[in-house]
Parts: sequence; C-alpha cells; structure tokens
Amino acid sequence: MARAAIQGRLGDRLRWRTAEVEDRRTESGTATTLVLSVPDWPGHLAGQHVDVRLTAEDGYSTQRSYSIASVPDGEHLELTVQRIEDGEVSPYLVDTLLVGGLVEIRGPVGGWFVWQPEQAEPVLLVAGGSGIVPLMSMIRTRSSIGSRVPFRLLYSVRDPADRLYADELRKGSPGLDMTYVYTRVTPDGWPRPAGRVEPDDLARHGWPPDFEPTCYVCGPTGFVEKAAAYLVLLGHSPDRVRTERFG
Amino acid sequence: MTVSAGYPFSGPTYRDGNALAGPLSEIFAVDVTAAVSRCAHCTRTGPLGGLHVYDRGPGRVARCPGCGEVMMRMVRGRGEVWLDMSGTAALAIPVDDR
Ligand SMILES: Cc1cc2nc3c(=O)[nH]c(=O)nc-3n(C[C@H](O)[C@H](O)[C@H](O)COP(=O)(O)OP(=O)(O)OC[C@H]3O[C@@H](n4cnc5c(N)ncnc54)[C@H](O)[C@@H]3O)c2cc1C
Ligand SMILES: [Zn+2]
Repeated sequence: MARAAIQGRLGDRLRWRTAEVEDRRTESGTATTLVLSVPDWPGHLAGQHVDVRLTAEDGYSTQRSYSIASVPDGEHLELTVQRIEDGEVSPYLVDTLLVGGLVEIRGPVGGWFVWQPEQAEPVLLVAGGSGIVPLMSMIRTRSSIGSRVPFRLLYSVRDPADRLYADELRKGSPGLDMTYVYTRVTPDGWPRPAGRVEPDDLARHGWPPDFEPTCYVCGPTGFVEKAAAYLVLLGHSPDRVRTERFG
Repeated sequence: MTVSAGYPFSGPTYRDGNALAGPLSEIFAVDVTAAVSRCAHCTRTGPLGGLHVYDRGPGRVARCPGCGEVMMRMVRGRGEVWLDMSGTAALAIPVDDR
C-alpha cells in the first residue's frame, strides 16, 4: 500500500482536485482539524502534505502547504490548521470554511519527510506547535499497523492550552514515549520549568546517537533550526535528522 | 549569506525542499524531493527535500544547506514554469524497477 501511493504517480503528473469539508473539529483555541472528502484519493504516506489552493471571484489565487494528519482511510483526509493572526490563508481555513465548503487540493506530495512501516530503527519525533501534525500521522500509522518500532515524541508548546491531539496522546500507545516541553506556562507541579527546548531535553527524552534513530523535526523554522542543530551537536548524523520547516 | 532565523520568528526565513514537492509535481511525474541532488558549487550531495527554500517572494529559490549557493530557481508565469537548475550538477532519482 505504501509503495502503491508513490508508484501510482509514475507517468502521472498531479492535478488539482476538489475536496469537500465533511467535518470540522476544534483542536485548540487557534487550531481546527478539517476532515475532507476527496474522491479518488490515492492514499498517502505518513509525513506527506498537500497543497491547498484558494481562488477568489476575481481570479486571484494563492496556495499553501498543509501536512496530512490522518492515516490513509479511503477517500477521507484530515488536515489540522493553526490560525496565524495576520495570515492570508489559515484564518480562512480555520474560521470561514464550513462543513460543505469546497477547496482545491493537490497531493499527496513529499517523499523525503516520511516514515514508512518498513523502517525498523527507533524514531525520535520532535514537534514545535503545529509541527505535531505530520508526526501525528506517523504515530497514528504506527498504531494502526500494530508496529512495535519504538517511538519517542518531544512536543514543545507555549502552554497546556496549545497542545493538539491532547486526549489521543494522553491515551498513548504501547512503545510510544512522550513528553511536553512548555515554553511559557507549565501545568501545576510540572517538573521542568517553562523554557525553550535545550540540548538536555533532547538528550534526556531522545535516543542515544549510537542507536542510530531517525529523527523527524517539524515546526516553525526557528524551532526546527535549533532542535536539528542540537541533535547534530549531540552526535546524531545529519543524514538521520529530517526536517520540515513550516515557515 | 546568513541563513539563521531567529527563534521564534525574525529575519529572512526559509523552509525545506519538501515545500517544493507540490510545485515540482507540475513538472515531474515522480517525486523528486527524495532524489539526491549534487551542488554544482561545493559538490555536496543530499536529498532535495533537505535544501533551503525561500518561497515568500515571486519565485522560489532553493539553496545548498552546505555552502548557501543557489541550486535551483523556479518561477511560474502564464502557462509556463521556468526552472533554472544550473546550480545543480546532478539528480539521482529513485525509480521503481518492477
Ligand atoms: C510542507 C509544509 C507543511 C505545512 N503543514 C502545516 C500544517 O499541517 N498546519 C499548519 O497550520 N501549517 C502548516 N504549514 C504552514 C502553512 O503552509 C502556512 O505557511 C501557514 O498556514 C500560514 O499561512 P497564512 O496564509 O495564514 O499566512 P501568510 O499570509 O503566509 O503569513 C502571514 C504572516 O505570518 C507569518 N507566518 C507564516 N507562516 C507562519 C507559521 N507557520 N507560523 C508562524 N508565523 C507564520 C509570516 O511571516 C507573515 O508575517 C506547512 C508548511 C509547509 C511548508
Ligand atoms: Zn553547495
């Protein structure tokens, strides 16, 4: 199935498809999951994204990338979008586009920032803010196939209200260890003081470099840059650190 | 040139080559973000998905994460995509042998 998703593209350039919003779920004060129904969706790999295109009546059109949060499931696709206050596209997707609304999407795309079930090595996931989205697809894919590959997740958010998928992550999954790093406000009694991710967090909650884990780092550019640099500093080979900068 | 972005946000910012996957899918029938590219300036090799992409302007520019030089430029015009790969010495594209 994983192979088929990429193979299906050979000789076939991607086209824009119309997707309909089937459901919406509030994930936090600023983020919403859009459940899209996409006829003939070819399936996808965990970590891939789609481009979303909006076109105004006067013909002006603009596009942005959004990671796929869900596991391949027929013609359904979930995107989780975080509203950027002065943004052009994200406020529309989060606040204006209602159930029954249509958007154009192109995808799935991206063959490098992906986790494939054949991978046997341990995995470290490092997320900043909405950077959890493609990593959640990896976590969900791992669970859905009953994989025993050990996963660790370090998830950095400003405060507890910013956590996405909190209930699902609280329930956890065997072989998935996780911790939060709060940068501004912590829950009561949280052992680690609020502050940005430090090398020590990655050493403590990651894997030793000689386990040769693959590390996936995703989030805002500044966050990704720091976290990826720290991982290399800790001894991880740059080849094993894959990044997805959201901008 | 400097490629450091502040934390959380300041200065010119870039994304990964992954962000080119959609635009390049208009041209290539295979996903080239997993392809290994060689920089024509410093000969560094690595996945295209790991290049540094500046895409907030009218065009898209992908720079080598090693030396910072331009490896690829992409500009979309009316009915035409202009792709300048003069900074890329080679691309090794994974294909299916079956
Ligand atoms: C491969 C890829 C996958 C992505 N996946 C997701 C995803 O799953 N969920 C998601 O919410 N976003 C994701 N993004 C980011 C998304 O594509 C948009 O950049 C984001 O939604 C902002 O778009 P906008 O039109 O609202 O803001 P714009 O109008 O583009 O920008 C408005 C202002 O916000 C700043 N800004 C732009 N992007 C961000 C950002 N990400 N964080 C903070 N400030 C920003 C800009 O500098 C500018 O000042 C992804 C990006 C990439 C490249
Ligand atoms: Zn170079």
